[in-house]
Amino acid sequence: MSTRTIASQSGASRKRSLDWKNLAFNACNYFILSVLVIVTIYPFYYIFIYSISDSIEAQKGVFLWPAGFSLESYRTTIALPGIMDAALVSLSRTVLGTVLTVCCCSFFAYLITKDELPYRKWIYRFVLVTMYFNAGFIPWYLTMKAYGLQNNFLLYILPSALVGFNVILIKTFIEQLPVSLEESAKIDGAGYFKIFTSVIFPLSMPIIATIAVFAAVGQWNTWFDNYFLVENPKLQTLQLVLYNLLNQSSNLSNMTTDQLSRGDLVRTLTPQSIRMTITMLVTLPIVLVYPLLQRYFVKGIMLGAVKG
Amino acid sequence: MEFTEPATKRKAARKAARKSKLYRKDGIKLLLMALPFVILAFAFSYVPLFGWIYAFFDYRPGIPLSNTEFIGLENFRTMFSDPRMGPVLINTLALSLLSIATAPIPMLFAIMVSEVKSEWFKRLVQTTSTLPHYISWIIVFSLAFSMFSTEGAVNSILFKLGLSDTPVNVLGNYDRVWTVQTLLLLWKSVGWSAIIYLAAIVSIDSEQYDAARVDGAGRLRTIWHITVPSIMPTFIVLLLLSVSNLLSAGFEQYLVFSNVMIADRIEVLDLYVYRLGLVTGDYSYSTAVGIFKSVISIILLFTVNFLSKKFRGQGIV
Repeated sequence: MSTRTIASQSGASRKRSLDWKNLAFNACNYFILSVLVIVTIYPFYYIFIYSISDSIEAQKGVFLWPAGFSLESYRTTIALPGIMDAALVSLSRTVLGTVLTVCCCSFFAYLITKDELPYRKWIYRFVLVTMYFNAGFIPWYLTMKAYGLQNNFLLYILPSALVGFNVILIKTFIEQLPVSLEESAKIDGAGYFKIFTSVIFPLSMPIIATIAVFAAVGQWNTWFDNYFLVENPKLQTLQLVLYNLLNQSSNLSNMTTDQLSRGDLVRTLTPQSIRMTITMLVTLPIVLVYPLLQRYFVKGIMLGAVKG
Repeated sequence: MEFTEPATKRKAARKAARKSKLYRKDGIKLLLMALPFVILAFAFSYVPLFGWIYAFFDYRPGIPLSNTEFIGLENFRTMFSDPRMGPVLINTLALSLLSIATAPIPMLFAIMVSEVKSEWFKRLVQTTSTLPHYISWIIVFSLAFSMFSTEGAVNSILFKLGLSDTPVNVLGNYDRVWTVQTLLLLWKSVGWSAIIYLAAIVSIDSEQYDAARVDGAGRLRTIWHITVPSIMPTFIVLLLLSVSNLLSAGFEQYLVFSNVMIADRIEVLDLYVYRLGLVTGDYSYSTAVGIFKSVISIILLFTVNFLSKKFRGQGIV
């Protein structure tokens, strides 16, 4: 035991210096990453504690803990005219848009895997090429108008129904499935549509889930179609309502004075509180489904990376 | 034998014919099923391209195109004498180049995360750093506003600590627009961009690290000689892709963050196209500028793809 220690003494001193360096490295690394975590999380945390603070107290400054506690801002915000409508519109576009794009992309991808489809390659390319060009703002705007999609809910869900990238992902997945399953269904007399709904679609669930999550986040976050083409207040999305609030603080004070004149308790509520609360309401769904997002998004980006 | 052979042949031929007939019938059925999707792609991606003809007419909203004057390439010529075009291009290129210059940061971040030994801390860093990717620019704006506006958190903290008595207006700072916007973009995207590097790092053979450690290499050395070279190809592909997007500096970000104080220096090409079109109502000129941008972007994409094929032996598209 002792002879071995003596023999490796020089080695041990080198090891000690390595240990020391290692420690310094780890300390720096952990420190920088911790700072980054705080920089990322603090704005969300700040909005959260502000939104549950007592509005008047919060004006004096909120840093680490809520100043007082009140859910008044949530109660008032939800009661603001148009908020519930906007939430409903955002929710419907997320659900319907996701369902539509999942159905279209997956069924089209299935058709593309069939050898019997005439001009298969050309049809596939015709759809894929759309990923690489964009007509530009005004042509897009005029075309949507010409289709009568202005002030129309379909504007939110129709243009994004078929997405080239999703088609690639699903097609690649379907091609990996064993052919025998489909053949046995065919022998049983099932048509293409039946085979798709009862065999292919259920088997493709892993990739479908990934794409559904992609599409849902996209839908929830999209607002420019609303911003440029929809004026109807009944069709406003939650994102745009927030944007308008941020943009025109006068708008907000109008709303609150409106409420004031109706004798509500808005006297105790500041515009900041309402802004924070709406931001919370728009962010919350994303944070709630976050674990799902992490799992499927990472899978998705990896599949994309393999393809690209 | 002599009889059976032609018989089987005939049988096979008949079978093939029946099959091809069935094949054709199935083919038509499939074609009909695929048709709605072809129409969908045509209607929403190809039809807008016909709108490019507006660039060649002196079109004003409200007057049908048939009554407007054909002016050929006039709009494209105007572009070169447009005094606003220069600053807009500079803004676009500056913001794009700054985001390209910060491209190594996600890579560095991924390396740092991969060097973390504690599993829970690693997961904490990854989970939090990706969160901003999933929220819209409007939310980012709202968060930034609460942090950096004159009554925001940062200013009040600085004031409380006695570090400053005049509030700093970060979002309205004319001289620092590009820096602020680049940092915001980095804040939103760093965790997400790091994912692809992290995957590349995970796939590195761990024996390489063991061998290096036996040879007495420290952490920094193994990073420099093993990790960095292994993820370099990924970095190059992403870099090339961002070069092809040089003129497409993020529209939503700059639209949301634009305000009177900084409008001049944040107006990128996409924003200018929008302002010309919907705010000024000059549809034709706006379309022309849009075409200019699309054509250059496509040329860049092909060039980059060609160079990549030539030097890496592999395209990026």
